[in-house]
Amino acid sequence: MMSVGLPHYLTLAAILFSLGIFGIFLNRKNVIVILMSIELILLAVNINFVAFSSFLGDLVGQVFALFVLTVAAAEAAIGLAIVVVYYRNRGSIAVEDINMMKG
Amino acid sequence: MLIADLFFYLFAAICVAAAFMVISARNPVHSVLFLILAFVSSAGLFILLGAEFLAFILIVVYVGAVAVLFLFVVMMLDVDFAELRSGFLTYLPIGAVIGIILLIELVLVLGSWVITPQIASHITTPIPPSNEVSNIEALGLVLYTKYVYFFQAAGVVLLISMIGAIVLTLQHKPGIKRQSVARQVSRTRDESIEIKKVESGKGL
Repeated sequence: MMSVGLPHYLTLAAILFSLGIFGIFLNRKNVIVILMSIELILLAVNINFVAFSSFLGDLVGQVFALFVLTVAAAEAAIGLAIVVVYYRNRGSIAVEDINMMKG
Repeated sequence: MLIADLFFYLFAAICVAAAFMVISARNPVHSVLFLILAFVSSAGLFILLGAEFLAFILIVVYVGAVAVLFLFVVMMLDVDFAELRSGFLTYLPIGAVIGIILLIELVLVLGSWVITPQIASHITTPIPPSNEVSNIEALGLVLYTKYVYFFQAAGVVLLISMIGAIVLTLQHKPGIKRQSVARQVSRTRDESIEIKKVESGKGL
């Protein structure tokens, strides 16, 4: 068993990122699980930031991980607010029904 | 060093297993709980990496706020989640193919790169030795000086998202009596008091 280094953390982040993408495709109808998959993807990005910051000895990675965290929290709040409003108007949260704007 | 390695493998295994359960759990409430497990184990990974402040923030912000928000929304909406899962197996092959392709690409990138030896000259803010300056102090020294505009921008993002969430979900029900401050303030004495001259012995 080799000593844990940067590649280990990057592999973990890659697996988490792929699981997040996989989750978006797998739960295409359930918008709440899609939002959770996005949270997983952002977590993988954060792990990359912090791993590089730690192994290269540069603090900026941690600062930017903090900003990613902020944006992720804002995105979750807005996304869930939209889901609640959508449910109030349509009585469902199925992604397929979101076609009122015919975009 | 061996203990730290063992803890890395423990946290990484829990994190990946929890992430897999997030996307495959039958019940969205279980998904949220597994998301919390994934966040907690990655907070452990952050502590192993020496980023203690981010680990605490991950627990406080993600587990304490975001995951609870998800939990509230999942429990508040009366949705037939079994119906939403009906296309699960039809999307499984394409999702698996795309996920595996992405994973292979990322691992290929991982296998072929090297860090340039001149990296030491490009480091802008080196991490101070942890026995002199703690991680939180070091982060604060950078965040409030060099990245203060980014910090303010992050605050504005949070403020806008707060206002946006309130504006989106606030609903005014008709028929509720509300206090009208403007009307109360603009009242004058003349329109609110009426003086009657009452003759003695007659009453109103």
